[in-house]
Amino acid sequence: MQDSNHLSDVQPTNSVCLIENGLIEIPMLQLLDENGHETNKEQSPEIDAATAKRIAATMQYIRLLDERMVGAQRQGRISFYLACTGEEASTVASAAALSSDDMIMSQYREQGALAYRGYTTEQFMNQMFSNELDPNKGRQMPIHYGDLALNFMTISSPLGTQIPQAAGYAYGQKMAAKPALTICYFGEGAASEGDFHAGVNMAAVLNCPVIFFCRNNGYAISTPVEEQFKGDGIASRSIGYGVKTIRVDGNDVLAVFAATKKAREVALANNCPVLIEAMTYRLAAHSTSDDPSGYRSKSEEEKWHSKDPVERFNRWLDSKGWFDKKATDAYLEKSRSEILAAVKKAEKVPVANIDAIIEDVYDTPPWHLKEQLVELKVHVAKYPEHYPKTSGRVK
Amino acid sequence: MAQMNLLQAINNALVTAMTDDEKVMVFGEDVGHFGGVFRATSNLQQKFGKGRCFNTPLTEQGIIGFANGLASQGSVPVAEIQFSDYIFPAFDQIVNETAKWRYRSGGQFTCGTLTIRTPYGGGIAGGLYHSQSPEAFFAHIPGMKVVIPRNPRQAKGLLLASIRDDNPVLFMEPKRLYRASVGDVPETDYELPLGKADMVKEGTDITLLAWGAQVEIIEKAAAMAQEIGVSCEVIDLQSILPWDVETICGSVCKTGRLLINHEAPLTGGFASEIAATVQERCFLYLESPIARVCGLDTPFPLAHEKEYMPDHLKTFEAIKRTVDY
Repeated sequence: MQDSNHLSDVQPTNSVCLIENGLIEIPMLQLLDENGHETNKEQSPEIDAATAKRIAATMQYIRLLDERMVGAQRQGRISFYLACTGEEASTVASAAALSSDDMIMSQYREQGALAYRGYTTEQFMNQMFSNELDPNKGRQMPIHYGDLALNFMTISSPLGTQIPQAAGYAYGQKMAAKPALTICYFGEGAASEGDFHAGVNMAAVLNCPVIFFCRNNGYAISTPVEEQFKGDGIASRSIGYGVKTIRVDGNDVLAVFAATKKAREVALANNCPVLIEAMTYRLAAHSTSDDPSGYRSKSEEEKWHSKDPVERFNRWLDSKGWFDKKATDAYLEKSRSEILAAVKKAEKVPVANIDAIIEDVYDTPPWHLKEQLVELKVHVAKYPEHYPKTSGRVK
Repeated sequence: MAQMNLLQAINNALVTAMTDDEKVMVFGEDVGHFGGVFRATSNLQQKFGKGRCFNTPLTEQGIIGFANGLASQGSVPVAEIQFSDYIFPAFDQIVNETAKWRYRSGGQFTCGTLTIRTPYGGGIAGGLYHSQSPEAFFAHIPGMKVVIPRNPRQAKGLLLASIRDDNPVLFMEPKRLYRASVGDVPETDYELPLGKADMVKEGTDITLLAWGAQVEIIEKAAAMAQEIGVSCEVIDLQSILPWDVETICGSVCKTGRLLINHEAPLTGGFASEIAATVQERCFLYLESPIARVCGLDTPFPLAHEKEYMPDHLKTFEAIKRTVDY
């Protein structure tokens, strides 16, 4: 038994003592103010021009991609989309602070991290159009990306399940003696799931090198944080689990970058988890199936528009002499046409052949799946006009 | 060959797997230094170190979530759920994560190396929450394999095959037989095939089918039937998912009759699935309706455990009804 946790080591008191929330102050790291000025140059992370420009370009690209794909959904070209507007700094700057060997296990609003890793417009489109070029074989709804080559674990819809999984993945990395860790993204709403508590506690007890990155963006669909929890955010919970914790301004690229760098260093050096709570705001709707005007005010949104992470970082870039308006405009113009062309191309690519329906359930299809496929093909061949996506290619 | 009980055979399989592959890791509640509440993991931590055999906090959803991540990383986790009655907090991780990992990623990532070990079944005065047989829930999950041994030799061979199979396997251990079932077990490294039934005894008049601890029950009923001149073919299904339709239907087409016995409640039990498939494939060979001798559609009762169980006498009566139909 560990002495530190044993009852005999607990300090007795002879007065009734109510420990209240708020007795521990958890400050928020902020290195750029809303105007993009550094608040403490000594604390600012070392960040070279190439990395800073790549972060800026990725944030701009993602904002554009989100805008275009929400539009594509409105036009009926894809069934669903989920934008990350307002949260770009949290995902892009944290990804920038990692090694490409680190595994990313995300929730679903982390397209910024994926784009930073190098996922191409074409790859985004193949996934969203569920076509046969999608490595997930078109099986999942749009935005459920996954890419082995980029160490980006395929997304699943259930919330919070990735939290204990990330602890396990990181444990395996530690046992394999690899100088790599796992970062696990989730929202403050998902942190109400049992898997959050199970996963963070297990990572602490089993000494797993994992960064838990919570995007506290104020809302779980329509439910505001006041109706999600009573405590001091998510940071107060990880402290309770004995996990080193940093709270950071999620709209501040420099702060997110510095916090994640520090978390990575500490997690790898000590084989321990670190939790980062990024305070941000979901300027976007939850998804294309949601309309925030029913549950929050315009004035609240306006307040957060003024904290916009992209603008803020551009101002800082400008102060360093690294912001080139002309080049940025040209890049955005090029990206816009690239996205448009990729949409047109991806929507013309057929879905996977019908044989794919039974692949990857097991390593090889067992008898019952083979039988079901044979029956299905006979049926599709009998009513080809009813199954136009696959009937032309049934062999 | 060595004499082992079922627990020792499982322990021996784990030692064999961990010696053979350093990526094999064993964990769960109390499995570390203590060796598990049933002692299935005795001495593993001492032999292989704390990194490869360890206790986890008391959270089934955490254990399986952790195991999923570890498997997807390329390690070979063997996770223990202390009683299958307590597997339900992990149901989401198994149904939505373990089983779908490969499919949803188009084969880019997989949890194929995962094996979940869990004791199941009644007969130990365990009442509602230490007696259940939840195999049918897991047989309804595409992507999972479900395996149940009936004796020490099978337990070792099937567990080694499960650990090395490139698909997630739920390995359910009949805890009533942990110490009661003793037999010769090869000390060598061997595997028994998954997805295959085991022909225990050939016969001509009726096929009796069960798995796990119920196999000895149908064997006992078969011996009673023999006394009155009824020849029973006895089969142990061994793998619930995928199951060996060829052996079962081959046998039923020969005997013309089928009786399925399981401890789990009747309604929605795996016998229903077998019966539906068999009537489809053997319709013209069947001499009588397929009989099911199962647990009652009640929670598992403590005081009435004996009455609840689908025992040899209930099975014997059902054999007579089926043969005399």
